[in-house]
Amino acid sequence: SVPVEKWNGPDRKIEFLHGTTTLAFKFQHGVIVAVDSRATAGSYIASQTVKKVIEINPYLLGTMAGGAADCSFWERLLARQCRVYELRNKERISVAAASKLLANMVYQYKGMGLSMGTMVCGWDKTGPGLYYVDSEGNRVCGDLFAVGSGSMYAYGIVDSGLKQKDLTVEEACDLGRRAIYQATYRDAYSGGQVNLYHVHSEGWTRVSQSDVLMLHQQYQAEKA
Amino acid sequence: MEYLIGIQGQDFVLVAADNVAAHSIVKMKQDQDKMFKLSDKILLLCVGEAGDTVQFAEYIQKNIQLYKMRNGYELSPTAAANFTRKNLADYLRSRTPYHVNLLLAGFDETDGPGLYYMDHLSALAKAPFAAHGHGAYLTLSILDRYYRPDLTRDEAMDLLKKCIEELNHRFILNLPSFSVRLIDKDGTHDLEKLIPVGAK
Repeated sequence: SVPVEKWNGPDRKIEFLHGTTTLAFKFQHGVIVAVDSRATAGSYIASQTVKKVIEINPYLLGTMAGGAADCSFWERLLARQCRVYELRNKERISVAAASKLLANMVYQYKGMGLSMGTMVCGWDKTGPGLYYVDSEGNRVCGDLFAVGSGSMYAYGIVDSGLKQKDLTVEEACDLGRRAIYQATYRDAYSGGQVNLYHVHSEGWTRVSQSDVLMLHQQYQAEKA
Repeated sequence: MEYLIGIQGQDFVLVAADNVAAHSIVKMKQDQDKMFKLSDKILLLCVGEAGDTVQFAEYIQKNIQLYKMRNGYELSPTAAANFTRKNLADYLRSRTPYHVNLLLAGFDETDGPGLYYMDHLSALAKAPFAAHGHGAYLTLSILDRYYRPDLTRDEAMDLLKKCIEELNHRFILNLPSFSVRLIDKDGTHDLEKLIPVGAK
């Protein structure tokens, strides 16, 4: 929530999407990307249908956590840079290079109030790629990341689920979906629907959109 | 939270850094390499604020490499350390200071091994042993007590292990593994990661 007297000026902060759960993990058959869809302004739920996965190009995805405008603007700019790279070099940009472009772009604005925590997910000639980039200047390569207020709950589910090696695509999707659901269960600032994407060698595929409350009924029924 | 350590021997420098990349209370990455190769015989270990570490270290790294390309020969460890410190100092009173703590380790043909301690306030000190991070409080006394200038490689390794074990024993944060490298006249050697086991 924004106090009236601070609506203008450098102190003004628009905190829209810190309340969120997004996750992505690598597995044998690529990368699973799962996100919730709730946007909160303080304790008010502004929207339950936010698209937190940004389709940078047919083989690169970016997730959205932090300021919605910051994420979509900079990732759209990244899409432009990736296309320029493609035109100049006659080959697709690698996930490492794409994430580095984004990290360098936002590093210029470090300390000026950008709020962005994103995962750049894709498939390039070295295989599946997953990088976490944020407005602080962090850029880290890894096999699993969860970002947002519900991230810790998601880590719990995915960490324990990934212990069993060699998931099938279906199992991995279920794991991602379940992790977001569990996070929305516990975190007040996450909810809405679970949007699930799968990145494979041909690019990304939109797997499913599941309402969290429907998932709740489903999981409850399975327990019984 | 992060930890760096360097020990200089008679003809080598042994350095180690923890491998955790943390974000508030979560370990985002457990195999992060915090050492940057400035040249065949110079390593820069860098910890500090997110973003600043990699950006500053890579900036120094590229400039060292550029110097080599332009002039045909490499900067010595002393020159590299002073160059690094100057950059830190220049940015210190700007709008965008680099909040990083560094150890620079190198081997010079004429001067031999060297270890340089630098901090975010742009201090520079050549030291026989040094450490950065909260872990330094626990380990500097161990280094004071057991360090000798004529340590062999095995003895230096044992001293390093002593320090890591102390962290494992007393430091509140769990640092599960450490990258270890050694620099001598033959260049930089990657040694086995140190993985302290079991609470003691």
